[in-house]
Amino acid sequence: MTRFVLGRIGFYTLIAVLLAFFTIPLLWLVTAPFTSDPTYKVSVPDFTLDNFRAIAEHPYALPSLWNSVLLSAGTALLVVILAALAAYALSRVRLPGRDALLYTLLLLSSIITGTAAMVPLFQLAVQLNLIDSQLGLILILTGGLLPAAIFMMKDFMDATPKSYEESARVFGATPLQIVRHVVVPLVRPGLATIGVWAVANVWGNFLMPYLLLSDVEKQPAAVITYTLYTEGGQANLSMLSTFGLLYSIPVVLMYLFVSKKYGFRFHGGIKR
Amino acid sequence: MAAIELRGLSKVYPGGVKALDSLDLAIPDGEFFALLGPSGCGKTTLLRTIAGLETATGGAVVIGERDVTGVQPGARDIAMVFQDYALFPHMDVTDNISYPLRIKKVGKGPRREKAAEVGARLGLEHLMDRRPGQLSGGQQQRVALARVMATQAQAFLFDEPLSNLDARLRLEARTFLKKLQRELGVTTVFVTHDQAEALAMADRMAVMEAGHIRQIGTPAEVFQRPANTFVAGFIGSTPMNLLDGTVRGDTLEVAGCKVAVPVTAEGRLSDGEKIVYGVRPEYMAYSAAPAEGAFGGRVVIVENLGASHLVTLEAGDVSVQAVVPEGNEPAVGDDGYAVPRRDRALIYRDGDLV
Repeated sequence: MTRFVLGRIGFYTLIAVLLAFFTIPLLWLVTAPFTSDPTYKVSVPDFTLDNFRAIAEHPYALPSLWNSVLLSAGTALLVVILAALAAYALSRVRLPGRDALLYTLLLLSSIITGTAAMVPLFQLAVQLNLIDSQLGLILILTGGLLPAAIFMMKDFMDATPKSYEESARVFGATPLQIVRHVVVPLVRPGLATIGVWAVANVWGNFLMPYLLLSDVEKQPAAVITYTLYTEGGQANLSMLSTFGLLYSIPVVLMYLFVSKKYGFRFHGGIKR
Repeated sequence: MAAIELRGLSKVYPGGVKALDSLDLAIPDGEFFALLGPSGCGKTTLLRTIAGLETATGGAVVIGERDVTGVQPGARDIAMVFQDYALFPHMDVTDNISYPLRIKKVGKGPRREKAAEVGARLGLEHLMDRRPGQLSGGQQQRVALARVMATQAQAFLFDEPLSNLDARLRLEARTFLKKLQRELGVTTVFVTHDQAEALAMADRMAVMEAGHIRQIGTPAEVFQRPANTFVAGFIGSTPMNLLDGTVRGDTLEVAGCKVAVPVTAEGRLSDGEKIVYGVRPEYMAYSAAPAEGAFGGRVVIVENLGASHLVTLEAGDVSVQAVVPEGNEPAVGDDGYAVPRRDRALIYRDGDLV
């Protein structure tokens, strides 16, 4: 009996420590922006809005959030469109060596990480005159995300019964009509998943924009965070925490919205 | 409305598998035609080739007067109900039924009107706003039928239309489908692996095996005079007795018993010939007392069929089955005698009907 009680106590202590490990940084993130002189400690805020004023007056902070939106939305859009078309074709057309091609793509893209490909990518961008250009960055980020996106998307396409499309085909629908009326609505949860995944990836990406964008006016929030220091070279905790909070809110909102709107529901219509 | 004709239709898959081997088939206008066969016999491939979802590697498909062999499915003026119904899950019943009209660029108003009209005809009026996921299997099937009716196509193709329904519902749907086809008068081809379904619904049927058509005929013809031992074994809810035998003068020696030559084979057999004797269990007269020209043996199994019993006799080293009306059934271990009806028994030589 005592052994059992002691075991329980030990178990819950462990859980509490683990929880604290993950909760305290989040608590800090929501309290520090409202504290006049935040430290690394979680303290009771005095609900000042001075820190937000300071961020608003910072010449690059708020525009950088907009840059982040542009970059991630642009990349997500490209990734979703290209991955959907490629995955549809790969799922429906039997090509010799199709699976080998897919696995090689996925394998290569996970072995050769962005960091390893940085130098050639940088040179490529310079030669194509895409250095310091948001479009160039979007293209490079898209290229990095596409293999995994195609792979995930193909799973969604494979899970969609062919008879829907064949049925539309017998009624005389053209391939484009089939894609628009049938395939896209059916794989919409998949498209949403890939979109969210791409946005989250780009939103948190520091290295690529840091290396490829030198103009501070074009830099996204992830890079600007890195510049929030005091004159003395110390991390400016009040600015950092406030900007950090602003930086996390859009992603959290997006997750909530997408999961509410799409979730993972399947409406049926195929009798199994 | 149009007739369907297949001329030497072949389908060979890239691996070299012959799914359809040079089939000839003519289905007149307005007929309810069944393609029957075990799984893998090519019946679904044949239906899909008529629809244009598979391309023929040889021969021609003619619908009406038009050779449509190389024509896209959408331009063949046919409509198809898939085994899984393939109702679009993101559209409600109205949109599903009117989808073919949307493709034909019919305006929204007339489209909804037509959907409402067809839906009402199939008893779907109170379901028009539902999504397929909110419908029962039987309702989904009727929506799929309504969608096909809305096309006003020349011919309908049904792929296993009843296989997704519960056993009880299947019987109702069978009657319903036959009645509907009769009323519409549209040439309809359906695929099934269930011989009872084909016998019950079809005007005529083709029995297929391994890419070949083994017999074409009305359900009565196919049931009473199966053209070969394959069809004989496949048709009928209780399998036909197919017993090896030898001709001995003007009688037959089958399973160690002397039986009479069937009416249809009289004068067409030669002495000493090896044949297969076929008779359905339903066409056997069972008695407990020895009888002339009967299969005699020990009763080994009695199966209850409801209003009758299926009795299995062990005659020598083969089994003979007979259907016995209720109240007359023997006990296991009894001796029993089954006399085949001479006018219903059949003789097969090298697998084909004599």
